[in-house]
Amino acid sequence: MLTETTFTPWASLGGGILIGISAVMVMGLFGKIAGIAGITQGALALPGAARDRDWRIAFVLGLMAAPLAILALGGTVVQTVPTNLGLMIVAGLLVGTGTALGSGCTSGHGVCGLARLSGRSLAAVATFMAAGFVTVFVLRHVIGGL
Amino acid sequence: MRALWGFLAGLVFGLGLIVSGMADPAKVQNFLDLAGAWDPSLAFVMGGATVTAFIGYRLVWRRAAPVLNPTFDVPTNRRIDRPLLTGAALFGAGWGIGGFCPGPALTALPLLAPGTLAFVPAMILGLWIGARLKSAPVLRAPA
Repeated sequence: MLTETTFTPWASLGGGILIGISAVMVMGLFGKIAGIAGITQGALALPGAARDRDWRIAFVLGLMAAPLAILALGGTVVQTVPTNLGLMIVAGLLVGTGTALGSGCTSGHGVCGLARLSGRSLAAVATFMAAGFVTVFVLRHVIGGL
Repeated sequence: MRALWGFLAGLVFGLGLIVSGMADPAKVQNFLDLAGAWDPSLAFVMGGATVTAFIGYRLVWRRAAPVLNPTFDVPTNRRIDRPLLTGAALFGAGWGIGGFCPGPALTALPLLAPGTLAFVPAMILGLWIGARLKSAPVLRAPA
């Protein structure tokens, strides 16, 4: 499924800065990395997760409140979610398993890890970006099914 | 107080994901489609977020401790090992197929798109599986 999107450098930069501010809030307030995979594991008390659940549960609720706040203020949320539910289940399993096994996602390794100049996070980011590029290339240009 | 600030931090993060376009799987997949409908916007998201965090971290680390916690808990593991690279590769494949990473998927949940409703429970099951796999002996050996 190919949906055209427009290049939005300023909105993307502005949104990115908001994400960075949130990461700094989490470090300054709680002394933690704002990795969404890890925060979710903690909020749900999954095996091996951190014990400080209070702010993690609240953080996840805040994430979910964001689109509702935008809609309540009369804004719109532009979103095209893939409709092949079987593929979305496979994708969800891979994302959950991969981020738990690899100890981080786009936020934990990407934003926070790179901001800490962590070599381990840089290796993770290079690996998941490469895997993402290859996967979309195969799905769109070899199989032609996305 | 901790819950209130946690909620606000999550809200700011979620607003950032939506404003930036990162919560739109079509935009993520187009970013990953170098050979096709390439949309470079997400490079600006990562750049803006990382530079902001780089500067902000150094400001807050001047304090002896965080405001609402006794210590800064920053990861100390520096090993580039097999679980890290295997996990990142699996995550990247799933990111390409679904166009969602964990933050955007949770942010998109209240919009109730069928694809999101399929993705999020599977992701949570995956987080559980991944946490179990991490302690499996086969993955403990160095890469």
